[in-house]
Amino acid sequence: MYEFIKNIDRRWIFLLMFLSVSIPILLQLQFPEKATDLAYSTFDIIESLEPGSNVLLSFDFDPASEGELGPMATTFSYHCAAKGLKMYYMALWPVGPQMIDDRIDMVIHSDFPDMVYGEDYVNLGFKSGNEGVIKVIVTDFRELYTTDAYGTAFDDIPMCQDIYSVQDMDLVINVSAGYAGTKEWVQYAVTPFPDKIKMVAGCTGVQAPLLYPYIPDQLPGLLGAIKGAAEYEMLVGERYGLQDQPKYLEGIRRMGPQLVAHLLMIFLIIVGNVIFFMDKKKEGQS
Amino acid sequence: MKRTVPLLITALGGFVLIIAYFIPRTQGWGEIAAIWFDVLASIAFVLGGGNLIKIHLKKVSDHKSGWGYSGITLAAFIITLSIGLGKIGVNPNIQFPTHEWSGSYREIGTPFWWLYEYVFKPLTATMFAMLAFYVASAAFRAFRAKNIEAILLLGTAFIILLGRTFAGVALTAWLPEWLSGLKLENLTVIIMKVFNTAGNRAIMIGIALGIASTSLKVLLGVDRSYLGQSKE
Amino acid sequence: MKSSILRLAIALLVVVGCGFAQADGPAPPTDLTASDHPWDGGSNIDLSWTLSSDDPGIVAFYKIYRSLSEAEVLKLNSDNRFKAINHAKHEATAAVFADAEMKGLSKSEPEVLAQVRIARQSAVEAAINQVNAEIEAQDSEQYKFLTVIQPGTDSFTIEKLVRNNSYLVKIVAVGGNNVESEPAVLSEAVIPTRQEFDGSRFSLMLITLIICGSVVFYIRLARSGINLKVRKIAGLEAVDEAVGRATEMGRSILFVPGIQDMNEIQTIAGLTILSRVAKTAAEYDAKVEVPTSRSLVMTTARETVQAAFLAAGRPDAFNQDLIYYVTDEQFGYVAYLSGMMVREKPAACFYMGAFFAESLILAETGNAIGAIQIAGTAMPAQLPFFVAACDYTLIGEEFFAASAYLSGEPEQMGSLKGQDVGKSIVAIIMIIGVTMLSIAALVGTDAGFGMALENAVRFIKEIILT
Repeated sequence: MYEFIKNIDRRWIFLLMFLSVSIPILLQLQFPEKATDLAYSTFDIIESLEPGSNVLLSFDFDPASEGELGPMATTFSYHCAAKGLKMYYMALWPVGPQMIDDRIDMVIHSDFPDMVYGEDYVNLGFKSGNEGVIKVIVTDFRELYTTDAYGTAFDDIPMCQDIYSVQDMDLVINVSAGYAGTKEWVQYAVTPFPDKIKMVAGCTGVQAPLLYPYIPDQLPGLLGAIKGAAEYEMLVGERYGLQDQPKYLEGIRRMGPQLVAHLLMIFLIIVGNVIFFMDKKKEGQS
Repeated sequence: MKRTVPLLITALGGFVLIIAYFIPRTQGWGEIAAIWFDVLASIAFVLGGGNLIKIHLKKVSDHKSGWGYSGITLAAFIITLSIGLGKIGVNPNIQFPTHEWSGSYREIGTPFWWLYEYVFKPLTATMFAMLAFYVASAAFRAFRAKNIEAILLLGTAFIILLGRTFAGVALTAWLPEWLSGLKLENLTVIIMKVFNTAGNRAIMIGIALGIASTSLKVLLGVDRSYLGQSKE
Repeated sequence: MKSSILRLAIALLVVVGCGFAQADGPAPPTDLTASDHPWDGGSNIDLSWTLSSDDPGIVAFYKIYRSLSEAEVLKLNSDNRFKAINHAKHEATAAVFADAEMKGLSKSEPEVLAQVRIARQSAVEAAINQVNAEIEAQDSEQYKFLTVIQPGTDSFTIEKLVRNNSYLVKIVAVGGNNVESEPAVLSEAVIPTRQEFDGSRFSLMLITLIICGSVVFYIRLARSGINLKVRKIAGLEAVDEAVGRATEMGRSILFVPGIQDMNEIQTIAGLTILSRVAKTAAEYDAKVEVPTSRSLVMTTARETVQAAFLAAGRPDAFNQDLIYYVTDEQFGYVAYLSGMMVREKPAACFYMGAFFAESLILAETGNAIGAIQIAGTAMPAQLPFFVAACDYTLIGEEFFAASAYLSGEPEQMGSLKGQDVGKSIVAIIMIIGVTMLSIAALVGTDAGFGMALENAVRFIKEIILT
């Protein structure tokens, strides 16, 4: 047994991980969530906006990270729509527009059919240039965005006529999986205009530790990975009665497999250390 | 000459842009330089595409190991490129119904959308999901309590792994209110906010200075090894 | 009875009197002056005024307006015309359709559509005439509301203006019951102009000069023959060992320069290490394979490797087909690399550049095939993965120091020393800031010394370091 574990083929570990994720999914294992301060502050900032306020939603992620970021993007969209905020969607990643289309379809078309494109929400689409795009639109939207994602002239879209720059937004919501993303938004939009641009964000687990230095001055709200999404879903769900709508509980659902996977990791680390100390002991004896 | 000209362009471009940052009259120059770079990089796509075809055609014709994969790569490249560029199966835009190519290639139901939805999306999601397996195997192999630092790292890992799930809440729910700071979910926040932030800031400052120094070396032509050799 | 009537009459007089006083509104602010904001790009105007004589008093706030520029007026008029036309068309169509419905006619009847066309035409003409008349009747100066200012404030900077346009400004005091004073209007238009230097960036320029100056100073010092030392970096010491091992095993070396383009400094730093790896490989006659995820990186890497082979005296051994483009797509690139590593089993893998989620996938695959792995990146999020799965990792600034370390050239060493000066400056500012804030917290920030310290820290943070 000792020899087997010591020289274990990593495919056994892969199998364990597969089981620890798939069994909770099949059994629909769910656990209650307790919101942390950052989730509360993200929720409160959006909740405190007046209906009709302008919100820029920059979805800077791709299908690869959709599993981690999709649920919070959906809930952000729902929260903004339920509050009656004007939503300006954009993306710094080439496949971001597809992420936006999915949210519009899933949230607005299905639950808010009375919302009118161009008056209540608009999809400005993708622009290449990463942080270069942010640097330009913080002072002038029209320099880069002459049309929306479907080719309608920017000035012909009613809700865009009074928008000159990101500074005209009451809030920026960024969902990001890496570069260009939250860090660039903080550095090139919030930092130069601290009094005019306010931002909350959602990011992947690996990114979250890097964004803590910006909390709370430059980034008052942050949702880190599925855990952050689940906490936020819980708060939005409680406020708007979404407890029976599975599509707004994806984050909470995904926390089940995550818990078991984390326990497996702890188990593996302990086993690895037991082997390590047994080896040391044997070396000492010999 | 082959190295002097690029070095001159680098130095001139770099220093002009640094100075331009402080002079309002020239503040748009940075954006122009970024646009030039985008144009160059876009043209280089053709170079990259040509190279891709050449390398994989050669592999297929030489029957090198894994030539079948090269065949798949070539087929995927050509199919996606032609469907995307030719806007195959795209319905015309309502505003311009007589122009066949006026529709959006991303429109739901088009062949390009199908490729994206049913090929690209699952493939990239699969690659990303593999991280879970690799993290487990790396943790098993690398996390060893070899010394004090490693033990501290292990302890932190346990707290974060538990604190980021309901397990952390359940395990320390019995702690009284005056000891709530020791609850795993709160300890996680403290570790992330204090220790992690302090460490990350130190690394970030070091990296920022490293970037400044390296950029300056490149601009001054002190470091020209990226152009091939250390001295002319 | 008489006295109560008298009291009522007095009370009425007081109420009415107050009402009149309130209806007049507060006294207006006076001496409104405006000037171009100094040291900027020409988008700001500084305003100052003398407070209303009712401030402090009944003034609740001030409202600031600015005149619209010619372009803004044209745009506003065009928007109004556009909206009026759309509205008129809509109303005319709705009226014809309602009429048709009453007569039991279908909306698609040619007769109804013809009526729609006629009704729309006349409605549009009427709408245009009305809007044009309104435009004609407009004041010569149109004002746009900007913001509300708290009482007691006597200056303000208007931002986001168009350079070289002339602007008029007016300011009104508003009383508690929303009654406005007479406006104080600027007697002469003010023009925001652009200066040659952005004053708000002065401190940043100073810091840039100090840090860059110290790098240049130490480079010169090193050139003059001063001996500079750098600590041992295990990851860089192992470069030759890794190449040697690949040669012994008769297997190839894989070099991955990250997934960013040539505008990323980490990619450049990675290519400087490639130069050394390629030179050593050329000397040992080992094969270096460089798959790239950007076309420009491919062309630059080819130049780098070719020159390295030339420097090693082996130009004939250079094979440009070993440096090739794969795909810009992150996970497509990783899939290719993983497959290639499993099939070809390179003996040494170098990951030098900017990496994201792919770092662990690459490093674990490399580990599985038993390759010696050296990584270097300045992406803090990926460092733990490389540290866990690779044999050596260059952390952040070590990665940028590689070029100097490997070449050993004195001027490159000098740049490292200059970098240390930057670090010292950061450390000193941090110590000063932390000490000042700690003392302020101890003595209290409500007044006196503590408040002064807190203000000083705010000045450092918001003025000097912004």
